[in-house]
Amino acid sequence: MMSINAAVIDLKRLELLADGNTPTHALDARAKVLVTFVFIVCVVSCSRYELTRLIPFFIFPTVLIALANLPALFVARKIALISPFVLMVGLFNPVFDHTDLYQIGHITITGGWISLISLFIRSLLTVGAAFILIGTTGFAAVCQALERLGIPRIFTVQLLFLHRYIFVLADETSRASRARELRSCGKKGFGVVSFSSLVGHLLLRTWHQAARIHTAMLARGFVGQFHARRQSRFGVVELCYLLSWSSLFIALRLFDITGTIGKVVTGIIP
Amino acid sequence: MSHHIVEVTHLQHIYPDGTIAIKDVSFCITHGESVAIIGANGAGKSTLLQHLNGCLEATSGQIRIGDTPLSKRTLPDIRRTVGMVFQNPDDQLFMPTVFDDVAFGPLNLGLEGMHVEKRVTEALTQVGAGHLATKPPYHLSGGEKKRVAIATVLAMTPDILVLDEPTSGLDSFARRQIMSLLKEFHHTKIFTSHDLDMVLDICQRTIILHEGAIMADGPTGEIFQNDDLLATCHLEKPFALQGCPGHSRDTDATKP
Ligand SMILES: Nc1ncnc2c1ncn2[C@@H]1O[C@H](COP(=O)(O)OP(=O)(O)O)[C@@H](O)[C@H]1O
Ligand SMILES: [Mg+2]
Repeated sequence: MMSINAAVIDLKRLELLADGNTPTHALDARAKVLVTFVFIVCVVSCSRYELTRLIPFFIFPTVLIALANLPALFVARKIALISPFVLMVGLFNPVFDHTDLYQIGHITITGGWISLISLFIRSLLTVGAAFILIGTTGFAAVCQALERLGIPRIFTVQLLFLHRYIFVLADETSRASRARELRSCGKKGFGVVSFSSLVGHLLLRTWHQAARIHTAMLARGFVGQFHARRQSRFGVVELCYLLSWSSLFIALRLFDITGTIGKVVTGIIP
Repeated sequence: MSHHIVEVTHLQHIYPDGTIAIKDVSFCITHGESVAIIGANGAGKSTLLQHLNGCLEATSGQIRIGDTPLSKRTLPDIRRTVGMVFQNPDDQLFMPTVFDDVAFGPLNLGLEGMHVEKRVTEALTQVGAGHLATKPPYHLSGGEKKRVAIATVLAMTPDILVLDEPTSGLDSFARRQIMSLLKEFHHTKIFTSHDLDMVLDICQRTIILHEGAIMADGPTGEIFQNDDLLATCHLEKPFALQGCPGHSRDTDATKP
């Protein structure tokens, strides 16, 4: 189990990736946000028993990781972190859903299992796309892009603060749990009692720390607007990027490419 | 220039939990002065400083920066004039890299591209932290964080510099560096410190705060000669004035 501290530093590393200087990084953030949005809509709108149509969508994260020079293993590990949560959500699908869908020999595969796998693949794809967006763009730039796309500022600033507060909470957590660990001398540290008081303290401390950081931001002229350092505009390159990816995603969503290829192949080989 | 005057009248601050941190404080600091605010732990120094750029709201009393009284409406202007370095650098550093953090202020001031980069590089060089630019702030040591925190404020070119314990936790080399930096800053500067030798070296004027009230306000030299006053306020004479030969020679040698 990774310590909280290491997890936070890992998250911050994702943010640092956005400082890269590949052509993908240099694209206007709005194009990247829109492409990611179309991607997520196409993936999520697939039916709950869909499997084959989802597979070709992996081309997007694969190509972007290669183009943007992101550390593939690192991104994969980040995405893997969420799999327990997804499994928890989909855990009861096989129990409740007994629709027979496939028959392989004597084994009947029920709709429950298929929908669990489908849910799993869809979450891998969407979370992966979101991570890649942050890793190639940076959170501040994403929020700025949302604002320039017409999302009201009050939402984008909320989003930014939420993102900051996750770090603040995690920092405080790692400090407090270290202090408890060191002083409990290898024992359980009075178990639940000290733990619950630690959680209470933690929330208060996070609250105060967040307030202090907000003060520091105000003291440096913050007026509810984040400035991304990269200056960019929505040009021809961005338009091509947006149109080509979007039309690919929509085509993948509307036509069952894998199925067609499969039929063609099985049709050729009788 | 009258716009660099800091005037505090009958300031009182009571925290929500009922702690009376500042009782009734009044002083006026004119342009170009460097003033130290000293006092024991919990005397209310940090609380007082945080009023100067509106980070805390006074329970009663008034603050004027130049001709402008501090109020909600004038706050953005006042924050541009008064640069504030907090006691804990972790409160001040929040961006993914040191460079981004120092650039945060200038970007908010509306600067762009090259100008921002120039400001940031200058500020980092001034505090001797140029080599840290690409590092994430959470990887820095305590002293390095402190220096970067000072750079974040210098990058905004304030007219009045307010620092809360600028040299606490620094090694002696970094301390010297910050001291000479402060000496070079010719506008108004106000700071708190437990480093009384530094106070003696940099500030002509000293204000002693004790349990939220001003106990003394006057020339640094005179105040440090008053043994009774220092004792009641739980302060100790700086080494340079204790007649300890090694130390006094040391300080003399560094004075111009
Ligand atoms: N947020 C707070 N809520 C309640 N009391 C506070 C708060 N911050 C500081 N205090 C109290 O106010 C007094 C002055 O604190 P401070 O200004 O930080 O002192 P210092 O001179 O050491 O900087 C102390 O007694 C402290 O306990
Ligand atoms: Mg203090």
